Amino acid sequence: MTEKLVIIGNGMAPGRMLEHLLEEAPDRYSVTIFNAEPRVNYDRIMLSPVLSGEKAFEEIVIHGDGWYIKHGITLYKGHRIVAINREAKTVTSDHGVTESYDRLVIATGSVPFIIPVPGKDLPGVLSYRDLDDVNAMLLAAQSRAKAVVIGGGLLGLEAAAGLKERGMDVTVLHVMPTLMERQLDPAAGYLLQKAVEARGIKVMTKANTKAIVGNGRVEGIELMDGTIIPATLVVMAVGIRPSTALAKEAGLEVNRGIVVDDRMRTSDPAIMALGECAEVGGHVYGLVAPLYEMARVAAAGLADSEERRFVHSDTPTKLKVTGIDLYSLGDFADGEDREEIILRDASAGIYKRVVLQDNRIIGTVLFGETGDGAWFNDLKKKATDISEMRDTLIFGQAFQGGVSSDPLAAVAALADDAEICGCNGVCKGKITGAITGKGLTSLDDVRAHTKASASCGSCTGLVEQLLRLTLGEAYNPAAVQPMCGCTSLGHDDVRRLIKAKGLKTIPAIMQELEWKTSCGCAKCRPALNYYLVCDWPNQYADDYQSRFINERVHANIQKDGTYSVVPRMWGGVTSANELRAIADVVDKFEIPMVKVTGGQRIDMLGIRKEDLPAVWADLGKAGFVSGHAYAKGLRTVKTCVGSDWCRFGTQDSTGLGIRIEKFMWGSWTPAKVKMAVSGCPRNCAEATCKDVGVVCVDSGYEIHFAGAAGLDIKGTEVLGLVKTEDEALEVIVALVQMYREQARYLERIYKWAKRIGTAEIKRQILDDGEKRKTYYERFVFSQKFAQVDPWSERVSGKDKHEFRPMASVGFAEAAE
Amino acid sequence: MSRREKDRMNWIAIGSLSDIPSRGARCVATPQGKIAVFRTADDQVFAIDDHCPHKGGPLSQGIVHGAAVTCPLHNWVISLETGKALGADEGAVRTIPAKLEGQRLFIALEALASKAA
Repeated sequence: MTEKLVIIGNGMAPGRMLEHLLEEAPDRYSVTIFNAEPRVNYDRIMLSPVLSGEKAFEEIVIHGDGWYIKHGITLYKGHRIVAINREAKTVTSDHGVTESYDRLVIATGSVPFIIPVPGKDLPGVLSYRDLDDVNAMLLAAQSRAKAVVIGGGLLGLEAAAGLKERGMDVTVLHVMPTLMERQLDPAAGYLLQKAVEARGIKVMTKANTKAIVGNGRVEGIELMDGTIIPATLVVMAVGIRPSTALAKEAGLEVNRGIVVDDRMRTSDPAIMALGECAEVGGHVYGLVAPLYEMARVAAAGLADSEERRFVHSDTPTKLKVTGIDLYSLGDFADGEDREEIILRDASAGIYKRVVLQDNRIIGTVLFGETGDGAWFNDLKKKATDISEMRDTLIFGQAFQGGVSSDPLAAVAALADDAEICGCNGVCKGKITGAITGKGLTSLDDVRAHTKASASCGSCTGLVEQLLRLTLGEAYNPAAVQPMCGCTSLGHDDVRRLIKAKGLKTIPAIMQELEWKTSCGCAKCRPALNYYLVCDWPNQYADDYQSRFINERVHANIQKDGTYSVVPRMWGGVTSANELRAIADVVDKFEIPMVKVTGGQRIDMLGIRKEDLPAVWADLGKAGFVSGHAYAKGLRTVKTCVGSDWCRFGTQDSTGLGIRIEKFMWGSWTPAKVKMAVSGCPRNCAEATCKDVGVVCVDSGYEIHFAGAAGLDIKGTEVLGLVKTEDEALEVIVALVQMYREQARYLERIYKWAKRIGTAEIKRQILDDGEKRKTYYERFVFSQKFAQVDPWSERVSGKDKHEFRPMASVGFAEAAE
Repeated sequence: MSRREKDRMNWIAIGSLSDIPSRGARCVATPQGKIAVFRTADDQVFAIDDHCPHKGGPLSQGIVHGAAVTCPLHNWVISLETGKALGADEGAVRTIPAKLEGQRLFIALEALASKAA
């Protein structure tokens, strides 16, 4: 018979424990989890990247709903356990659910410490602990107002950096003289303060909070010295306390945390505790590595698989603020019996300090360059006698024993039991063993099988080097396809970083994202130019030299170097006047070919580049504007004649097509966008193979998208049915804006939709009215800067240099 | 080119640096066809035939990056310094001596005549 295992709490420690348990004794327990947070298990370490905008919540979920279903685990979300009855062996939640257990695991984690000052309960005072806190901060950040973070430790600084990225004016208050004084020595603390300040965050040390002031909500902070700092948001990040109230009430032995032995057993043999709420050997822990070790020990205990005991070890500290590299480990206080080796490089912002005792490393602080952290950690762990390499020790592993400075060689030189992933306690041998033993070929594989680099991600580089080392040429890191040879980043990363870092020019992107070439190539430059045009419509000056020739001269280059010109015919409707003007232009410029296009308009081919402005001038006089037949942008909206003429027509499809085209022309998109509106399901405008299509029916407008009729043939997906023309327009515009903001350059709508899922698109565009509205508004805003006819601009003299030779030389000589 | 050839080179002014957009090109018409004159991001100037060795595409219309241009027709990448196709493609286009004196731009026409002869 299966035993009943009940877990209180659904954080990272119990999540990891379950993974081990399911591996070791998959059928032994029927598992029930009570989670006070109304959600699944996610990677709490990665909340800071969510706050700064570098990651989305979906990306940090460890176990999605499907995982619990697959393993037959019952998860009560949003249920806080209010009582444990040890006699009856039951727990009861605040919603009244009572569950009995054979074994109980308490993993209630910790609660943020709130400084007991007046005003601590005012609205606008937050802690930094879970996703709710992050969401509340994001909401507050929209005001772009002032924020104060109390606490200059790891969490406080990450919160400050995130809020700054989100546009707030941030001040960090720290009660001690230097930042992160528990992990850093004063010199590194000073460098850290400089680096934090360089990002525009104010830092006040020795700042003692007296009160939080405000009438009805936060208005500022008063310090002991009387200084008042105005703020609309106050984040308290001064530390955490094990959450022990429940255990205490149940009569378990509690000290700072819930007291457990080295096998995670509390004073009640049926109850275990682990995670931040547990106290082992007098220590409580807040970093993930020891918590994961607890998970392993607890799982072994539950499975009776092996006698595993928890052993204390120092854990390195790393700060997750993009661009600040910091590593500290062990003990680095000064002392009589201690020696130290220091390296400072002020111009490069590097500081390294290794503290020695009896020729063995006991502490390390690295700032600015942390690549050797794992190596120092390994030397410390093994208590290696370093007297032999003392002179060069501080320069790192690359300088030892003739190993070259090639990072790959440095990783190759690491011993098999050297720790690679500190968070998950994974050593080199385990990773290389898994790569060869299980035939792993990608970073994601290694993460899935070994957990290495799956938590904070700072050892990703090392893991990739191990893959390269083990697989040699067979390793293809292009799980993410880089944009081009100029970068190792993929399109999605680049788009995300443009927003997260507020990059607004091509040189800024290349500088900040460490482009490998001085000015990019013909692949990345047009993509970057598009991303900037899309993301900063009112701030970015379009770089024409980064556009393909067709978009630079607003015509289509042909194989002989001549151009073709397609004027807009709104909805495919034209007139005698327009046709006459076209005929005149064709005669006047001796245009060799005139052709009707598939998009219901007329193409004039074989025009010399020098003639383009004059051709446009004549067309302009008849009222024509550019048809953008050359653009990664809105091309045509094809229509049928609809209810005006057709005996089957249900709505005015021509009118709607013209309306859409007039609303959306001029917008740049990742790839071309072709649309159509059919007046009835007979679908004469062929709307069901377009990027976006509308099929009119009696009851309204059926919106279609993600069709293709080119290299690939694909019928559209139905987005949904709306009742009015206004709604149809809003939905279509919002859909195109979502595509503009998310797709990779040159990715058509159908490919983008396949990648992110049509369900997600429906959810955001059709079901979520708020979201639809904001997409719509952003499109309308960007159109203010986009709807300028490029042809008339050039007729009036813009970019003259494009259309004329610079000089004519040599003709006289040739004639002589 | 030999020293003697260089001596008899005939430098012809074709305009000033500011006539060409940075990371761009302009054409110069000559009896032997168009010459594309390029200006790189760091204001170096190069001149080559405006004729891709692949299918004759107008190189002056391409995207300029580093000291290279990508042909607008089929994305061949041509070195502005040597005229040779880079990467896997093979082929070369004629280079024409070009120089900048102050802001004034010159190309060497004599070399053109000798080619034509």
